[in-house]
Amino acid sequence: MKKHAFSTRIWHWINAISLIILFMSGLNISNAHRYLYWGDYGFDKADAWLSVIRFPDWATIPGSYNLAEARDWHTIFAWPFAIALLFMWVAMLVNRHFKNDLTTTRAEWKPSAVWKDIVSHAKLNFDHDPAHGKYNFLQKFSYGFVLGVMLPLMIFTGLAISPGFEPAAPWMVDILGGRQSARSIHFIMAFGLFAFFVVHIALVLVTGPIKQLKDMITGGKA
Amino acid sequence: MSAPIKPKTGIKPALNRRTALAGLAALATGACSKIAESDTGRAVAKAAENWHRVAHRSLASRQALAREYTRAERSPTFKGNGTVRIADEAYQASLESGFTDWKLEVHGLVDAPLSLSMDDLRGMKQRTQITRHDCVEGWSAIGEWTGPQLSDVLDMALVQDGANFIVFRCADSLAGGEYYESVDMIDAYHPQTIIAHMLNGEPLPQKNGAPLRMRIERQLGYKHPKYLTAIEAVASFDDVLGGKGGYWEDRAGYQWYAGI
Repeated sequence: MKKHAFSTRIWHWINAISLIILFMSGLNISNAHRYLYWGDYGFDKADAWLSVIRFPDWATIPGSYNLAEARDWHTIFAWPFAIALLFMWVAMLVNRHFKNDLTTTRAEWKPSAVWKDIVSHAKLNFDHDPAHGKYNFLQKFSYGFVLGVMLPLMIFTGLAISPGFEPAAPWMVDILGGRQSARSIHFIMAFGLFAFFVVHIALVLVTGPIKQLKDMITGGKA
Repeated sequence: MSAPIKPKTGIKPALNRRTALAGLAALATGACSKIAESDTGRAVAKAAENWHRVAHRSLASRQALAREYTRAERSPTFKGNGTVRIADEAYQASLESGFTDWKLEVHGLVDAPLSLSMDDLRGMKQRTQITRHDCVEGWSAIGEWTGPQLSDVLDMALVQDGANFIVFRCADSLAGGEYYESVDMIDAYHPQTIIAHMLNGEPLPQKNGAPLRMRIERQLGYKHPKYLTAIEAVASFDDVLGGKGGYWEDRAGYQWYAGI
């Protein structure tokens, strides 16, 4: 039994590459109009709920402001990103990775239990009760939230911003609160994922990066 | 933590963490530009653009309508972008006179070329629609547009079978190049594709393209040319200006299909 299933590993790396390209080309696109609004419309910075910084060239794809090229990168890599996520969900339900490793019990949600988990994480103690499965509560919650909420929301908000897609599913724009709301949520989720990325990398670094990396490539031992 | 490395005397440390990070990022993004500018990169981008057009038109019907809003949902004003004023004397004189001398030419692969005045266009069957305008930059505005459907004009001009695209010519220039745009016959005959002469019940303001602008509702703003002077039916764009079907497509490599 491998620690990481083949489906998990292939998804992980396709997702990682796609997300990095999507994020960095997204920063280039953000530089085209650095204001975010709620509702259906928005064009005047006086109505913006957030004025975004201008992202520096070293953080963007391509490496200088080029809206046309950034949009090419962004719309191309949206495909492997979305298809891989769909594949991961199917695989996770079929091989029971979701049920066995990511679902939480009611007991785990008790504030005292959550607090205990946070305290032991803060002390960099990552050993946990194997009775609760491979992952502790914070891991289950963050992986579940990323896979079940943040990544799908990136896709739905991305589709909702597209005027050519909208006639196929106008309800999607409605439930997101209008096109400019969808654009704002797209931006917020992108930075939520960036925050996850930073914590994820930090935790890999403090828990033996070489072994972690090797395990995510070869599968490792359970 | 290992002991700090002592720089050799007389040599400044060449790298600090920030420049190293910036260097790494530049390396990665430099590679990205190389890929994007290669023939393969361009071919992939073009294939993806075509695929998006096909996907959109398969998911919704070819004639599916863009959302229409109520008057109360309009934005308080409508942003002007790109050219917002034409300095040209002839244009300014025409503006002064209420565009009584403005002509919209319809030519190219048509059996009955037309030269339509503003009165001719106002005398045709009109469509009014309150739609959202999405700029490629990211912003949106909502306005009420009125004008004849392009399909009626094309039917009047008797478009020939060999025509695959409709090219729109404009009176404005940006950075020395004349603005133009084009759509395929599906968008040309779409019910919401209108030649607008009114915005929010008033004649079009100069910043929004007076006296005429196209509405191509399921695509981004740069596909809605302003200051419209001519409509031309063509078989391909090969001989039309830069050959890519539009000002921004020629000049900056924007996608011709702007549904995303």
